[in-house]
Amino acid sequence: MANPAPITYATSALFDRRPLHFDPSLRRNRFNLLFTTIAGVFAAIAVLPLVLVLVHVLVQGGRLISFGMLSQLPPPPGLDGGGIGNAILGTILVTLIASLIAIPVGVGGGVYLSEYSSRGWFAQFVGFGNDVLAGVPSIIAGVFVYGVVVTTRIFFDQSYSAMAGGIALAVLMLPTVIKTTDEGLKLVPQELRWGAYGVGASKFVTVTRITLPSAFTPIATGVVLAIARAAGETAPLIFTALFSPFWPEGVFSPIATMSVLIFNFAIMPYEVQNALAWAASFVLVMMILGANLLARWISRMAKV
Amino acid sequence: MTSSLYQSSAANTATVDACMSLQNVTISYGKFEAVKNVFMDIPRGRVTAFIGPSGCGKSTVLRALNRMNDLIPGCKLKGRVVFDGHDLYDPRVDPVEVRRRIGMVFQKPNPFPKSIYENIAFGARINGFKGDMDELVERSLRKAAVWDECKDKLRESGFALSGGQQQRLCIARAIATEPEVILMDEPCSALDPISTLKIEETMHELKRSYTIIIVTHNMQQAVRVADQTAFFNAEAVEGGTGKVGYLVEFNDTERIFNAPGQQATQDYVSGRFG
Amino acid sequence: MPTDPNPALNADAFTLRRRPPAEKVVDLGFRQLTLLLASTVAIVLLGIFLTVFQGAREAIATFGLNFLTTSNWDPVNEQYGAFIAIYGTLVSSLLALLIAVPLGVGTAIFITEDLIPTALRDAIGLMVELLAAIPSVVLGLWAIFVMEPAIRPALNLLHSLLGWSPFFNTVPQGPGMAPAILILVVMVLPIITAISRDALNQVPIELRQGAYGVGTTRWGAIFSVILPAAISAITGGVMLALGRAMGETMAVTMIIGNALNFDLSLLAPGNTIASMLANQFGEADGIQVSALMYAALILMVLTFSVNVAAQWIVRRLSLRY
Repeated sequence: MANPAPITYATSALFDRRPLHFDPSLRRNRFNLLFTTIAGVFAAIAVLPLVLVLVHVLVQGGRLISFGMLSQLPPPPGLDGGGIGNAILGTILVTLIASLIAIPVGVGGGVYLSEYSSRGWFAQFVGFGNDVLAGVPSIIAGVFVYGVVVTTRIFFDQSYSAMAGGIALAVLMLPTVIKTTDEGLKLVPQELRWGAYGVGASKFVTVTRITLPSAFTPIATGVVLAIARAAGETAPLIFTALFSPFWPEGVFSPIATMSVLIFNFAIMPYEVQNALAWAASFVLVMMILGANLLARWISRMAKV
Repeated sequence: MTSSLYQSSAANTATVDACMSLQNVTISYGKFEAVKNVFMDIPRGRVTAFIGPSGCGKSTVLRALNRMNDLIPGCKLKGRVVFDGHDLYDPRVDPVEVRRRIGMVFQKPNPFPKSIYENIAFGARINGFKGDMDELVERSLRKAAVWDECKDKLRESGFALSGGQQQRLCIARAIATEPEVILMDEPCSALDPISTLKIEETMHELKRSYTIIIVTHNMQQAVRVADQTAFFNAEAVEGGTGKVGYLVEFNDTERIFNAPGQQATQDYVSGRFG
Repeated sequence: MPTDPNPALNADAFTLRRRPPAEKVVDLGFRQLTLLLASTVAIVLLGIFLTVFQGAREAIATFGLNFLTTSNWDPVNEQYGAFIAIYGTLVSSLLALLIAVPLGVGTAIFITEDLIPTALRDAIGLMVELLAAIPSVVLGLWAIFVMEPAIRPALNLLHSLLGWSPFFNTVPQGPGMAPAILILVVMVLPIITAISRDALNQVPIELRQGAYGVGTTRWGAIFSVILPAAISAITGGVMLALGRAMGETMAVTMIIGNALNFDLSLLAPGNTIASMLANQFGEADGIQVSALMYAALILMVLTFSVNVAAQWIVRRLSLRY
C-alpha cells in the first residue's frame, strides 16, 4: 500500500478545541442543566393543579357519597341532609337532549364537508364558521338561547326549560362533532370509496354503509369527548335551564343540573350546601373522567 | 498525533494512520441486534465507503461514529469506538463535543429554517468561531461548490435552493465548523445525477483536508470516490426474527471491486444480489 | 349462441341492473339533507350575532362609545358603562397568558424532547389532558375553598413588599383579580401545552439531527432550530388560548369578586364581561338587558378577532416544515 499523499489537516486555530470529556462546568452544559431543570419544574407546576383538584374532589366529595346523597333532593337553605338526586338526573337529561340534537346535525354536517362539498367556497365558509363557532364563549351561547328560546317562550309558552339548556349545550357541542366527523372521514382511504363505487353502489350507500362505519372510531372518540365537555358546562345553563329544587317535571320546565348546583351552592354561606357542591363535583368529575377513559379505550380498541 | 492507542485488528490497514478505530462494535435497538462484531480501522485523510444491501447496518455503524444513535430511544452500543485516543462511548465523553469534531451530512437535505448565511454561521458560532464570519461563509460555500449559486442570495431562506444545492449547503454547513471527520449518510440518494456528480467532485476536493466516511447504495459512486471500501452484509440469525448485519470485508476499493477475498463480496459487487 | 350454463351469471338474476328512481331520490335527498345540516353552523353563527346585536341596539343608541370608557354600572339610575369589565377581561386574560405561556411551552418541551423516559412523558401528557377535562365550575369551587386560602399568605407578602405600587396597594381579602388570573392559568395551560406539544412533534427528525450534527447541545437545538420551526403553530395556539381565557366564565365569576368599582390593584376584586353576564343576565330587565347584550357583543368581537388572528397566523407564518 502506498503511503498517503501529504495531507493538510483541518486547522483548528479558529475554533476552541476541547478534550472530548464531558465538562459540566462549561457554560453550555450549565445552561443545559439550568433549562432542563426549569422545564422540569414547569412540568411539575402544570401537573400540580390536576393532582390538587382531584385530591380535594375525591376527599371532600367522595366521603359524602352515599345512597341518600345520590337519591334525595337538596334541602332548603339552613336545613341539614338532602342530596343531589335531581341534579344528577337533570344533567343526564339535558346532556341527552344536547346529544340528540348535536350528534345528528354535526355528523350530517361533517359528512357534507368531507364527502359532498368538493371544498368549494361554501365548504370553506362552513369550515371557517365552524372554527369561529368553536371559539364563541360558552356564556354567549347561553345569551343566544336566552334570546331565541327563553324570552320568546317558543315551547308551549314556557320560558326557562331543560330543552333550552339542551339547545344551548348543543350549540357548544356542534363544532366539535362536525370537526371530528370531517377529520375522521378524511382518514378513510380513498380506495375504499372507489371500491364501493366500483361495484355500483350509490353515493348514499357508499357513505352510510362503507365510509361512515370505517370512520366510526375517530368519530365516536370525538363525540364522547364532546358529550363529556357539555356535561360539565355551566355558563350556558344558568339562564336557560335555570335551576330547580325539585325533581324534573319534564323537558319544558326549569331543571336542576350538577354544574349549576355547584355554582349556586358554592357561593351560599351554608356548609350543608357547600358540601353538596363538593359531592356534585365528585359525581361530575367521575362521570367526565370516565368518559375520557372510555374515549381513550375506544381509540385503543381500534388500533389493536 | 500518535496512534499509540490504536490497536491493530485487521492486518491490511496496519500500516495506515488510523483516524477512527472500531473494536468489536455491536449495536442493538432494544433487544434486536442491528449489526455485530465490527472491527475496522478507518484511515485518516482518505474517503472510506460503506456499501452493502439494505438492512445490513451500514448506516447504523456510520451514525455510531458521532453518537447520532443517542437520539434513537433504545439504541445501545457494545465495544469501543476509538477517536483521538478516546473511546467515544466512555461515559465521561460529551456527545456534543464529539459531534463538533465529527460532522455529518444526512440522507435528505435538511437546511435549518434560516437564511443561507445563517445556516453556515450558526454551527460556526456555537463552535466558538473567532474569525471573520463573512469570510468563513464564503470559504465554506466555495469548498462545497455552491458559492456561485448562493452568493447573490445569502439572506434568503435555505429552502430557496434546489435539492442538490440544499445538500451542498448542508455540506458547507458541516465543513464550516472544521471537523476532523465528515460522515455522509447516502448524501446523494435524494438527488438527480447532475447534482450527484457535483457532490462527488466536492468530495474529491474535501478529502485533501478531511477524513470522509460515506454510506452509499451506489457501487459506482463508491468506485468513483472511495479509497477504501467496507462491505457489510446481513444474515438471518438462528431462531431470531430479523437479520443482523456484519462486516464482511474492508480493503482498498480497487481490491474490493476487482479481487475481493470473500464470495459474498464478489456476488454483491458483480450485482448478483442486493 | 349457447345458453349460459351458469344461471347465476344470467343477467336476469340481477333485478337492479337499472337504478330504480327511488334510489336516485334517496341519493339526492341525502345530499341535500347533509347540506342543510352543514348550513346549521352558518345559521347558528348568524343567529348568535343577530340576537346579540338586536338586543344591544337600544344600549348602543343610548350610551354609544362612552359605554367602553365609563365605569359606572348603576341599575337604579339606568346608567351603564362597561369599562371595568372590559379592562378586567383584557388584564386577566393577558396576565394569565403571560404566566401560562412559559409554563405550557416549557412543559411541552419537557415531554417531547427526550429529556425523561417515555413512560413518564406519557403520564405527564395524560395528566395535562385530563386537567383540560375538569369542568370550569369545579375549578371555581376548588379556587374558592382551597386555592384562594392557600395563596392568601403569598398575596399578603406581595402586598407588604409592593404595596407602594397602585397594582398591589389593597389588602387581599378573598376573591380578587389575582386568584382569578391564577385559575385562568390553570384553565389555559392544557391548551397551550397540547398545541405546543403537537407543534414540536411535527418538527421533522432530520432537522433535529442537522442541529445535533453541527454540535449543538440539546437546548441549543431547542432554542435555535426546533422552537423557531414550531413557532407559528405555538403562536396560533397561544392566540386560541387567549380567546378561551377572555370568554372563560364560571371559575372566574366564582373567584374574581364581581366588583362594581374600578381598582387598579390586582389584589382587589375585579370583574369581566363574562362574569358580569353570568351574574346579572338572569335577573336583569329593561335597558340593563340591552347593556349586558352590548357587553356580550364586545366580548364576541374580542374573541372573534383573536380567533381569526390565530388562524391567520397559523396559515401565514407556517414555514415549510
